[in-house]
Amino acid sequence: MAAKTAARVADYFTRLTASLLADVPGRALILLAVLFALLLVAPWFINDYLLTVLIVVLYFAFTGQAWNIMMGFAGQLSLGHAIYAGLGGYITAVLFARFGIAPWLGFVAAVPVAAGCGATIGFLAFRFRVAGVYFAILTIAFAEFARIGFDHLDFVNASAGLFLPVAQYAHNDLWHLRGSPTMFYYVILAAAALVFVLCRALLKSSVGYCWLAIREDEQAARAVGIDSFRYKMAAVMISAVITSFAGVFYAFFYNNLFPEQVFNISRSIEMILGPIIGGIGTLFGPILGAFVLTGLAEALNTALVALGFDLPGAKQVFYGVCLLLVVVALPDGVWPWLARLTGLEERRR
Amino acid sequence: MTALLSLHNVSKRFRGLVAVDAVSFDVAAGELFAIIGPNGAGKTTLFNLIAGAATPDAGSISFAGEPIGGLPADAICRRGIGRTFQIVRPFPALTVEDNVIVGALLHNRDVAKARTRARDLLRRLDLFDQRNRIAATLTLPDRKRLEVARALATEPKLLLLDEVMAGLRPTESDRMVAILRTLNRDSGLTIVLIEHVMRAVMALASNVLVLDHGIVIAQGKPEAIVRDPAVVRSYLGAELVERI
Repeated sequence: MAAKTAARVADYFTRLTASLLADVPGRALILLAVLFALLLVAPWFINDYLLTVLIVVLYFAFTGQAWNIMMGFAGQLSLGHAIYAGLGGYITAVLFARFGIAPWLGFVAAVPVAAGCGATIGFLAFRFRVAGVYFAILTIAFAEFARIGFDHLDFVNASAGLFLPVAQYAHNDLWHLRGSPTMFYYVILAAAALVFVLCRALLKSSVGYCWLAIREDEQAARAVGIDSFRYKMAAVMISAVITSFAGVFYAFFYNNLFPEQVFNISRSIEMILGPIIGGIGTLFGPILGAFVLTGLAEALNTALVALGFDLPGAKQVFYGVCLLLVVVALPDGVWPWLARLTGLEERRR
Repeated sequence: MTALLSLHNVSKRFRGLVAVDAVSFDVAAGELFAIIGPNGAGKTTLFNLIAGAATPDAGSISFAGEPIGGLPADAICRRGIGRTFQIVRPFPALTVEDNVIVGALLHNRDVAKARTRARDLLRRLDLFDQRNRIAATLTLPDRKRLEVARALATEPKLLLLDEVMAGLRPTESDRMVAILRTLNRDSGLTIVLIEHVMRAVMALASNVLVLDHGIVIAQGKPEAIVRDPAVVRSYLGAELVERI
């Protein structure tokens, strides 16, 4: 009996792996493995500053992929994704700071809240046919509600901000997410890698096909029997839950939360820049976009400091210029172009 | 024999314009049924009412004995009605094959199975060699065939075709006629088509309904329809009838 179950599970995973790897050129797999290996050993070779930069890169790779599920796969533009990260961060942080509840357990509590919040926004929009730009405005409105609401919520210290107890830790405590940047680095690396695999699995599943159909032409999708309401709801909820984990990471990495910051629209915008630069709807685009944007912005900062310039806002200007260049030269993003150039596109049978 | 599709006094108005005015007709299972009429006669609106893209203001529509009037489009598709659009709307950024896979997923949740079914249909509609092309890059006739393949992939009992011959060359339209005939004969698929290409209508249809200003002005066998004075006056024109 047990052997049979084990065989079935093994068979399931073999088939899952096979379907995940199907159509991926061998070279792309090798490059992906090399990239992952490099990221795995990176902490041994880089200084603390570069490690922090890599953490930020992976953080945006993570949130970008989460947002991409909604916009890139299902075609629903959210400009208020900060709300999900903020909810995840606040729930786990307040449970930890007040009751000592470990963030992983706190995250279990945050999942239904984030999903419920996504479902509420989705239901209001999809049930009452709020689409396109109006949907985007609705997502902004909810994030703003949350920002103002949390600003007046004494339980989470309102606008004074919520702080996590910080102490010098003798060793890394993964269960309570207390420890060195290296530990946080591996947490976000694992999370980003996991979401990458999840996105690939979703995109190659029947759900992924239905999302793409809705993105391309919702009326035509419905004409082939796709219940677009259900699929759009699923996209919002999955995206919301994944994004909420980014908030957990953020809260425990930075140890402080201010409503004015975490729910700010600029946070939502930051999350979507990576996928836009990298390529909306592609699997690797959000990751590439995060590397390009954060990497280049930090390089620019370093260069400016080295040259003795003090230019506040240089990063924002740089973001703006990057966006302009990509929109003009590569409207589909950098990754589709790079994939064509390097022959890393998906094989077609 | 009971009708597969049955419309009774179905009406739809857009503000002051009555697009479809108390239309009633039955389509028997296995039939090839054509709807003709001048531009603006309400043919596409009628299709939208049947397929759930619009809601009738009055009257009843039933399919396989059950009322379907006012159901959403996806629910109607799941009951077994497939459709194409007059202005083609394939999923532009997806490949030809993926377009059809989306349709096939309705009854095969497994993507690999859906792909097998999609390829089978692509072969039948002469699109197999183009399966890896992005749908937006296809020529119009190919996009029309793609829409037919995608609709067929949902395994409909009834297929609604909105001007699939328009813009096709005579040889292409003959090919389409042959494909539809084969489908009808081999799988008993019932087809309702809106068509302006009388050559195709005469070759295919066993029954023709003529709409003008939202009203049914004639219904019957194609040979009788082309001699009906009301039809000739409002739609066909005398010269065309002589040519046929």
